[in-house]
Amino acid sequence: MSKDKFDYYIEGEKNKYEVIIGLEVHAQVSSNSKLFSGSATKFGAEPNSQVSLIDSAFPGMLPVINKECINQAIRTGLGLNAKINNNSVFDRKNYFYADLPQGYQISQYKNPIVGEGKVLLDMPYGSKEIGIERLHLEQDAGKSIHDMDPTSTYVDLNRSGIALMEIVSKPDLRSPDEVNAYIKKLRTIMRYLGTCDGNMQEGSLRADVNVSVRKVGDKKLGTRCEIKNVNSIKFMQMAIEYESNRQVEMLDEGKKIDQETRLFDTKKNETRSMRSKEDAHDYRYFPDPDLLPLKIEQKLIDDLKKTLPELPDNKKERFINDYGLNSYEANVLVSEKDISDYYEEVAKLSDKKLAATWMMGDLFAMLNDKGLNISNSPISAKNFAELVRSIKSGEISGRIAKEVFEIMVESGENPKKIIETKGMKQQSDPKELEKIINEILTKNKDKVDQYKSGKEKLFGFFVGQVMKQSGGKANPQLTNEILKKLLKG
Amino acid sequence: MSEIIKKDLSEIIELIKKKEIKSEELTNLYIDKVNKSKKLNSYITTCFENAIQKAKEFDRKPNINSLLPGIPLAVKDLFCTDGFKTTAGSKMLKNFIPKYESTITENLWKEGAILLGKLNCDEYAMGSSNETSYFGNVINPIAENTVPGGSSGGSASALAANLTPATIGTDTGGSIRQPASFTGTVGLKPTYGLCSRWGIVAFASSLDQAGPMTKSVKDCSIMLEAMAGFDKKDSTSIEKKKENYSKNLKTDIKGLKIGIPKEYRVENMPKEIDELWNKGKNILKDLGADIIDISLPHTKYALPTYYIVAPAEASSNLARYDGVKYGYRSSKGNDLIEMYENTRSEGFGDEVKRRILIGTYVLSSGYYDAYYLKAQKVRQLIKKDFDENFGKVDAILTPSTPSSAFKIGEKTNDPISMYLNDIFTVPVNLAGLPAISVPAGLDKKGYPLGLQLIGKTLDEQNILNVAYAFEKNCNFKNEIKNWWL
Repeated sequence: MSKDKFDYYIEGEKNKYEVIIGLEVHAQVSSNSKLFSGSATKFGAEPNSQVSLIDSAFPGMLPVINKECINQAIRTGLGLNAKINNNSVFDRKNYFYADLPQGYQISQYKNPIVGEGKVLLDMPYGSKEIGIERLHLEQDAGKSIHDMDPTSTYVDLNRSGIALMEIVSKPDLRSPDEVNAYIKKLRTIMRYLGTCDGNMQEGSLRADVNVSVRKVGDKKLGTRCEIKNVNSIKFMQMAIEYESNRQVEMLDEGKKIDQETRLFDTKKNETRSMRSKEDAHDYRYFPDPDLLPLKIEQKLIDDLKKTLPELPDNKKERFINDYGLNSYEANVLVSEKDISDYYEEVAKLSDKKLAATWMMGDLFAMLNDKGLNISNSPISAKNFAELVRSIKSGEISGRIAKEVFEIMVESGENPKKIIETKGMKQQSDPKELEKIINEILTKNKDKVDQYKSGKEKLFGFFVGQVMKQSGGKANPQLTNEILKKLLKG
Repeated sequence: MSEIIKKDLSEIIELIKKKEIKSEELTNLYIDKVNKSKKLNSYITTCFENAIQKAKEFDRKPNINSLLPGIPLAVKDLFCTDGFKTTAGSKMLKNFIPKYESTITENLWKEGAILLGKLNCDEYAMGSSNETSYFGNVINPIAENTVPGGSSGGSASALAANLTPATIGTDTGGSIRQPASFTGTVGLKPTYGLCSRWGIVAFASSLDQAGPMTKSVKDCSIMLEAMAGFDKKDSTSIEKKKENYSKNLKTDIKGLKIGIPKEYRVENMPKEIDELWNKGKNILKDLGADIIDISLPHTKYALPTYYIVAPAEASSNLARYDGVKYGYRSSKGNDLIEMYENTRSEGFGDEVKRRILIGTYVLSSGYYDAYYLKAQKVRQLIKKDFDENFGKVDAILTPSTPSSAFKIGEKTNDPISMYLNDIFTVPVNLAGLPAISVPAGLDKKGYPLGLQLIGKTLDEQNILNVAYAFEKNCNFKNEIKNWWL
C-alpha cells in the first residue's frame, strides 16, 4: 500500500517514459428534471416514459434552461475551487445519430459556465494538485439498443436531455493510481455537494481518457489518444496501462503516434482505433439561437457559496486537528459524507480515536462482508458509540467487545443491554480479581515456584488461567497488575 | 350577404358584436368562397368541420368582449395546431399532426377566433414567391400567373381574396411584409421576442417572428394585440406588459421625425417605386411629420449577412427531420446513414436543400470564422446603424420591396434574383426591429406596392400609428376582380 515515492514509469526497449493523462469526466447532474425540459430523470424507468416533446425534438419545441441544473453546476464549480463565469453561452454541437433527436446536442463550447479550478489528491508520496481546465453543462443523448432485434435498433429517449457536467482536467495525472484517486476525489466532492450521485453502475459518472507518453525529462507533451466513454475506474486504469504501453512500444520502434479516438474493449483488455483526426466529426458548433447567453449574477454565486457544506479537504483538516486522527484515518473517514457523518456522531458520544479504530476495523469489515453501506448499517451510530464507550471505560474487554459487536449486527440491539443480559461485563473489581488469582496461585504452587526461580514465561499461563476462570471477563490490565504484585510477594 | 366578407376584420367584429351576423353564418360565407377558390391554392388543409362546430359553440354562448369574437381565421401552415395537419409546406411533414398548439394560435383561440384552415407557404418558410411549397405554388389574386410573394404567400393570397378576414404569417427575412406588399395588404413583423415562437416550425431561430397580416392597419393592431405576450416556454420571449394597440391607435403624427435612409435607393429600382416612396414622404410631411435624411451605411451587407445567418441556423434546425421519430421516412436504405440520406433527399425540396448546404458550409471548421462569425459581427453593425439613427428619428420609411409581384416561374431558376426580393426587409430582421408594410399604390401594371415603416424596439404602437395615418390619407384601393371564380 505505501509507496513513498512516485514510480510509475514505463521502461521501453530503449527509453524510460512517463505517462501523461487528462480526463474529461461526464457527471450526471442530480436534478429532478432535465436540462431544458420538465421531464423526470429517474434511473431505470420504463423506456421512453420520461420524454417530453422537447426531448424528442418535435417541430417548434424550444429549450428552457432548468435553473436547478445551473445552480448545481455553480456549486460543483465552487467545490472545485474554480472560477464561476458570470457570462457563458450554450452552443449546438451538430451531428446525426438515432438517439440524438434534435440532430444536435446543446453544450457549451467556447464559454463554459465554470473556468479553472483545482482538486487536491492524497497520494502515498504526498499531496498532489490536479488542475481543472473547465466545467461545462450539456445534454445527454438517448440510448440506442442494438441487441433487442436482429434487424432494427431500438431507441430509448429517457436519458435524452438529462444534464451532464463535463469536467475537464489539465494533463496533470501521471499514473492509473492517480486517476483512481482523482475520480474518487471528484466523486466525493460531488456527493458531498449533492450535485452528482457518482453512481458508475448507472452511468452517472463516465470519462473520456486522454493518454500520451514522453521520455522522462522531456518537456514537450507527446501526441495523445483519446479513449472514449470508459465507465469504471478499473477499466480506466486498464485502458491507460494498455494504451501507454502501446504508445511506448511504437515510439521505441521509431513509429509516430497518430492523434485519434480509440475505444477500450473490456473483454480483450485493449484499445483500438475508432477514428483518426482526419475522420473527426466536424460538429459545426455555434451559439444556440433558441437560448440567450447565460448571465449569472455575482449574488447568486455568493448565496450558493454560503449553502455549501464542509468539503472533504476541510473536514479532513478538522478531523486531524480536533479529533487527533492521523492523515490516513482522516482520509478514509471523509471519503464519503455518510461515513463522516456517522463517525462524527459516534465521536461526539465516545472516544474519538478509539471510535475511528473500531469503525475502520470491525465495522467496515462487516459492512464490506455483507455488501452494505454505512447508511444501511445494522448498527446505529448511537449504539456503536455506546460500544466504544464500554470498551474505553473498561466495562468490557476488546475480546468481549467483538462478541458484543457480533450480537449487535444480528440483533441491532443496544450493547449495554446485550452486556447486561448476557453477563458479559468485565471483572474489574480488584478484590474479586485478587480472590480468583489467589485461588489459582494456590492451586498451582509448583508453577509459582518455577516462575519465581526465573521462568517468567509462565506469566502468560497465569493470565490464561484467570481468563478461563472468569469466563473471559477479567479486566486484562488489572489482572496483569494484580498478578505481578502477588507473584512478587 | 357575400359583401360581408369583403369588409375589414374590425367591421366584421362589429357586426358580430351587434349580433347582425352569427359566427356560423360568417364561417359558412368563408367556407363557400374557399371552396370556389381552389385555383388559388392558398389553403393546404381546410378545417371546416371544426370551424362550424366552434362557430356553433360560440353562437350558443357568445363572448363578445373578446378581441376576435367568433371570427374564423386561417393561419400559415407553419403554426402547429393540435389535431390538425401541420406541414410547413414540406413533403417531410405532409402527414404530421401535432398533439400541441402553438402559443400564438392558442392566443388567437383564447380571444374567440376559430381555426378555419392551414395556409400554403414556401417549404419551411424558405422562399419569396411560394413556389417552393411541396403543395404547389399559390396564385396572387391580383392577376393570373402572378406570385403572391413568400414565404407567407398562402396567407397573403387568402387574405387578399377574402378567404379569411385576417391571418398570421411568419417573417424571417421579409416573409410577411413582401407578400403583403405583393397583394396590397398590411403585414407587420413585430420586435423579435414580442410574439412567442413556441410551436412554430423553426426556420432561423434568431430571426423568425410571427406577425399579423390584415386588410387594414386597424385590423393589424387588433390581431397583434391578440398575438403578443410573454411566453415562458420561449427563452427569447420578452417579458413585458400587454399593450392595447387597437385602443391606442391614433392618426396624429404631428412632429414625429421620419428617417429616409439613402442606402435604400438601390440600383435598377423601378422608377415607380421611387415615386411611390416620394408620395409616402409627402403624405407624412403633409400630416405634420418631419422628414429627415439618414444613413444606414451597412445596409448593403444585410442580404449576404442574412444568407449566412439564416441558412446556418436552418441547417441545424432542420436536422431533426431525419425520419427517426415522426414525419416522412424513406423506405429505401440498408442502414441508418442510408435511411437518413434517402429520407432527407426525398423529403426536402431543392430550396431547402440549398440552404441546408449553405448553412452547413458556413458553419464548417475552417469556414466558420470567415462566414458565420463575420456575419454575426456585421449583424451587430447593422443593428448599430439603426440604434444610432433612432436617436434622431422616430421611425424609418422605405419601400417594402424592390419590385411588384412577378410572374410564376420568372425567378425560380435564379436564386440570387429571388433573394434580392428581400433586400429592404432583411435588415429589420437582423436588427430584431418591428416593421410594417402598408399598401401605398399600384404600379403601371396595376399591381400593388407597399411602403415599409421601421420602428424602434417594442415601438409597434408608433409604427402602427404612422401607418394608420398614412393609410387614411393615401387613398389606396386594392382592385381584386375575383377572376378565378
